[in-house]
Amino acid sequence: MIRTRSESIFQYVNAALLTLLSLSIILPFIHIIAKSLSSEAYVLAKEIVFWPKGFNFLSYEYVLQNKQFYHSLTNSIFLAVVGTLISMIITVLAAYPLSRKHLPLSRMFMLLIIITMFFSGGIIPTYLIVKETGLLNSIWSLILPVALSPFNLILIRNFFQAVPDSLEESARIDGASNIRVLMSIYLPLSVPSIATISMFYAVGYWNSFFQAMMYITERRWMPMQMYLLQLVTDERTADLNISDVFREITPETIRAAAILCAVIPILCVYPFIQKYFVQGIMLGAEKG
Amino acid sequence: MINIGKKGSLRRGTTYLKYWDLYLMLVPALLFILVYKYLPMYGVVIAFKDFNIMKGIMNSPWVGLKHFQELFTFAEFPRVIRNTVVISLMKLAFGFPAPILLALMLNEMIFSRFKRLVQTVTYIPHFISWVVVGGIVIDLLSPSSGMINKFIEQLGFEPIFFMSDERYFRWMLVITDNWKEAGWGAIIYLAALLGINDEIFQAAKVDGANRLRQIWHISLPGIRSTIVILLLLRIGNVFDAGFEQILVMYNATVYNVADIIDTYVFRVGLGQMQFGLTTAAGLFKSAIGCVLLLIANSIARRSGEEGIF
Repeated sequence: MIRTRSESIFQYVNAALLTLLSLSIILPFIHIIAKSLSSEAYVLAKEIVFWPKGFNFLSYEYVLQNKQFYHSLTNSIFLAVVGTLISMIITVLAAYPLSRKHLPLSRMFMLLIIITMFFSGGIIPTYLIVKETGLLNSIWSLILPVALSPFNLILIRNFFQAVPDSLEESARIDGASNIRVLMSIYLPLSVPSIATISMFYAVGYWNSFFQAMMYITERRWMPMQMYLLQLVTDERTADLNISDVFREITPETIRAAAILCAVIPILCVYPFIQKYFVQGIMLGAEKG
Repeated sequence: MINIGKKGSLRRGTTYLKYWDLYLMLVPALLFILVYKYLPMYGVVIAFKDFNIMKGIMNSPWVGLKHFQELFTFAEFPRVIRNTVVISLMKLAFGFPAPILLALMLNEMIFSRFKRLVQTVTYIPHFISWVVVGGIVIDLLSPSSGMINKFIEQLGFEPIFFMSDERYFRWMLVITDNWKEAGWGAIIYLAALLGINDEIFQAAKVDGANRLRQIWHISLPGIRSTIVILLLLRIGNVFDAGFEQILVMYNATVYNVADIIDTYVFRVGLGQMQFGLTTAAGLFKSAIGCVLLLIANSIARRSGEEGIF
């Protein structure tokens, strides 16, 4: 490839800008990591930038032995696993019939579901329904009201529609039922989009906090993000009962450690799913 | 293949019966949206009632438009509307072009490994909650202990109270929103850019067009329809200024510039149990949002684009 002078200047400038941009995303995380591993004196003296000073794991020890952290972690894992499972089952089950063009009324059902993306009863009426269905202060209040995401449903439905009809027809000739066709033809073919959508749901459950703010008041049922929010917004970090063993740490380092503990699970799943989701979302977007 | 009944309900009934298993699969999804989406839509009638939690939605007395009158004469409401629209428009003006720019830059990048690396890094924040992002931002910008203010002080300036100063707060919302979502938003434009026929670029090169000219005359027109659709969607959602973000980042000192309809409904509605009044505010928001969306969509259709629906 022949490159002119202006061409290579363009490339350098572009690369430099993109590098700066990437650094703006990575550096804050490195700063937080450094803080979480540093000791009190250096943090208070604002000496920590990107490298820990007075290296120790005490903040992590404190966070990991905290009872509330465990309750919250358990709740969030339950949320992410069970919630995603429920969501995927109802989403896939609905996406299949809705992807059948010949099914009478399927357009109407689709419309009914899509309307909920654009119009909603709002915060208060939803709260009242959750209350009346007896879900207040239960982990289910964080799952059932958001179990079905119309957006995710559309993505999976579009994926199903793209599956060639001939595959299905040959199975039909062999006498396969609808459920059978879904299970043994559509699902195996849709692994990338199923993985992507599962990730979307799981991340959604893991990251949700505003529902918890509305529906959960008992500490026992608070998910991780809610616990973090209290740590983050409460400057005094009231419930920190720092004993002598942990004299080396401050609310700041504890906050940093807790933030990282909440992010690490996502960063662990991310590389495995990542290769799928660009592909997944593009296929969905094409026909959306 | 399938012969949908010619006339007569008997024939149609048997068609439905024939697909009973397909309809059965739809039941869970429909049940969930019926209970948790459509019942709350019915629940908006409390905007027209003096809702009493003991009496329930049905038995509370009707009060007509009382709550709406109250709302519009309320000193806080115009402020809340103004904040919602201003924050949203600021995000539109500065946040909408960002993913397009990023996608164009990534598309021009010839080292594919570097390109993929930047892409991966830039959409990581999308998967991190606002609580965490807010936590990091508050920490970085803190006037007493934040890294940014430390640099500002070292340069000889006074520390800046980014998160509690009315002059800066909205800009912080715009910047952090961009930081979190630009990389993710770029994906869809990148997909559209990949769809442009490479021969057009080759031809332009032969004609002596440099990179910037190619971007201006080929790349941008090539993703025009994607840009239009996403722009219309954004305009239709002008009343969604970023509920979760503001909930995490704001504090009482900046209510004046940061309180949007959603945060107001949340705080006053649930905090002070003002159910009727705040439901009216929420309904007002929903209704205007819907109208805007319909207008945006019909503009899209009229200008020859596909539209959202």
